[in-house]
Amino acid sequence: MLNGDAPVLDVRDLKTVFRTRGGEVHAVNSVSFHLRPGELLGVVGESGSGKSVTMMSLIGLLPSPPAEVRGGQVMFGGRDILKASAGELRRLRGREIGFIFQDPMTSLNPVFTVGFQIMEPLRKHMGMRPEAARVRAAELLDLVGIPDARKRLKDFPHQFSGGMRQRVMIAMALACDPKVLIADEPTTALDVTIQAQILELVKDLRKKLGMAIVWITHDLGVIAGIADRVMVMYGGQVVEQAPVRALFADPRHPYTRALLQTVPSVRGERAPKLKVIEGQPPLLGAHPTACPFRFRCDKAHDRCGRENPQRRVVGAPGHDVACHWDPDGAGLAAAGLTSEGVVNG
Amino acid sequence: MADPARATTEPLVQVRDLKMHFPVSRGLLGRKTGAIKAVDGVSFDIMPRETLGMVGESGCGKSTTGRAVLRLYDITGGSIRINGTEIGQMSQSALRKHRPTMQMVFQDPQACLNPRMTLAGLIGEPLDEHTGWSRARKLERIYELMDAVGLNRNFANRYPHEFSGGQRQRIGIARALALNPSFIVCDEPIAALDVSIQAQVVNLLEELQEKLGLTYLFISHDLSMVRHIATRVAVMYLGKVVEIAPREALYADPLHPYTQALLSSVPDPDPETAQQVRRIILKGDVPSPANPPQGCNFCTRCPAVMPVCREIEPETREVAPGRFVACHLHDASVPTSIPTGGPTPGGASTTNQQGGSS
Ligand SMILES: Nc1ncnc2c1ncn2[C@@H]1O[C@H](COP(=O)(O)OP(=O)(O)OP(=O)(O)O)[C@@H](O)[C@H]1O
Ligand SMILES: Nc1ncnc2c1ncn2[C@@H]1O[C@H](COP(=O)(O)OP(=O)(O)OP(=O)(O)O)[C@@H](O)[C@H]1O
Ligand SMILES: [Mg+2]
Ligand SMILES: [Mg+2]
Repeated sequence: MLNGDAPVLDVRDLKTVFRTRGGEVHAVNSVSFHLRPGELLGVVGESGSGKSVTMMSLIGLLPSPPAEVRGGQVMFGGRDILKASAGELRRLRGREIGFIFQDPMTSLNPVFTVGFQIMEPLRKHMGMRPEAARVRAAELLDLVGIPDARKRLKDFPHQFSGGMRQRVMIAMALACDPKVLIADEPTTALDVTIQAQILELVKDLRKKLGMAIVWITHDLGVIAGIADRVMVMYGGQVVEQAPVRALFADPRHPYTRALLQTVPSVRGERAPKLKVIEGQPPLLGAHPTACPFRFRCDKAHDRCGRENPQRRVVGAPGHDVACHWDPDGAGLAAAGLTSEGVVNG
Repeated sequence: MADPARATTEPLVQVRDLKMHFPVSRGLLGRKTGAIKAVDGVSFDIMPRETLGMVGESGCGKSTTGRAVLRLYDITGGSIRINGTEIGQMSQSALRKHRPTMQMVFQDPQACLNPRMTLAGLIGEPLDEHTGWSRARKLERIYELMDAVGLNRNFANRYPHEFSGGQRQRIGIARALALNPSFIVCDEPIAALDVSIQAQVVNLLEELQEKLGLTYLFISHDLSMVRHIATRVAVMYLGKVVEIAPREALYADPLHPYTQALLSSVPDPDPETAQQVRRIILKGDVPSPANPPQGCNFCTRCPAVMPVCREIEPETREVAPGRFVACHLHDASVPTSIPTGGPTPGGASTTNQQGGSS
């Protein structure tokens, strides 16, 4: 821990491997991060960088086989939930950790009414009577901005628009008042005007309910608008982590820098040419012993091929980066290492 | 923004009052009970070597417009002139002769590439169909195209699954280029790609345009990419074009309340400005194109709606050189309206809808 309150969720050295016919896929490699109460942690990274697998590993949502969580520790509520039984995990997911999936249609059951699906966890995990559960379900739909909430409880998922289904998903995830909400690309499939509605809603709900949130997205604009802190993933590793302003103002990893330059904006100056990150994502066939970004990195040198860089503290408090290169010159990097040491999460 | 040279050049593509309605049928006999007005009276020009960006929310009719312009459908009505030839009502057999000059690049590079064909076969397919060239001549052209889109010639005998998303999109672009087209409809060509690869494909499209003098209709829901690539932008809402303007003017000073809401909804990749942007949060969802509202299509969600908007459909007017908008707020002949040219119409009702909505 660097500073602030004790974390609600503290993940250390998480490692997840898929065993496939073509060999092993090392999807998550020694990922460490923490989440403080009430905080919104944004997670960005290119497709396949391990964002979803990381979050699904820590709450036991990956089918095994092919997935295998090979190591690490996930501290939640004073214990390591990687050691929890399947039953305990299920209870945890219903009550204390909410999850929103990218595609609402895959996680809403088309044959049950929306009301039934919101009421079920309330009855199962909170022991509510049907009538109390119905009242609470209507409250939740109302909270996420669905008009005529009480009447809509009787409707089936297909009777809602995409944006409304996403709201229903949020209502379900909030049903039991979780301490932590994990949202995996919750607005990617939505139009910008609907996305703007959902983002306003989330800001509002955070103020009202004060839960901690992990928000996975590939959209740096969304991150800039709602995150307190950002974690950048590449090749199954955390390559940079910083408070949101520090990350955008002073990115330290060459991948983060390139990523920030590839996205055009609708406001401000228009760049005449888009910056490109050449090359391909890494193959993840084995545990990395070198920097996964080195083939695409314009700052790479021999050390990057010999040694996978550890995360180290740089710049502002709470900012760390896993890279051998130092934008301020070699002297400062050494100073950072000796004064603050290697970061763990 | 009016380009004096432009007035003297003929548009390469001229679309007038284009309509594409899909029948809705019910019951055993498939009786026609109505129509989905996917595209309902769309007009625009595209100048040679220009990129017209087309934006709007899911289901507003962008793809249908793109496909209809290439006559992949038998259209419900309207006129389409490409290079001076009217193709709106042309029969599919007569169209065959014109197909080579107009091509399409699709959203999902995976879905439209036959997995059993090699890269050379895929790129050569249009040549097989439309030319009687010898094998050697075709192969020469295939190599030329692979060079043009940045695919290594050694890949010629590989299959699509061996390529990344960005490379597959290059294959799609090479195919579209095979017959030397002058006009290409790019339907969400980067939507399926990772952000870091999107830039590669957009840069390639720009390079090719410069080298080969191509004209693009670039369909996308990514407003920031469209700002990058397009010279002019058309904004669609529920089957209609609500605003067309040169890029700079549109992004600096959107006129239609829908364009204003759309642009203000795009999150900014910068935490400093993210706090400052005044967001217009629209209430509700887009109505169904099978049952559009009376009057202006946007009246059910418009923050600046007036009584007239629920009665009369606004006409498209040129309110400044090159700037077209279909909105009563910008029509001087509508008594309740505010004079044209104002950047924020109906101030009071707009601010009511600002931010922190429930
Ligand atoms: N069931 C599986 N079997 C084998 N490999 C898998 C499986 N699921 C995921 N992977 C691999 O794990 C890696 C990380 O995947 P993950 O889904 O976490 O990426 P992501 O960062 O969420 O990407 P996206 O932005 O596309 O959602 C990828 O290389 C992926 O191919
Ligand atoms: N073949 C068809 N038959 C019936 N309805 C159709 C057909 N094709 C499109 N539609 C309808 O026409 C409307 C416009 O669809 P279109 O695909 O053009 O939208 P779009 O703007 O491209 O959306 P997106 O951004 O999601 O691709 C939608 O309501 C769609 O459901
Ligand atoms: Mg994912
Ligand atoms: Mg489309």
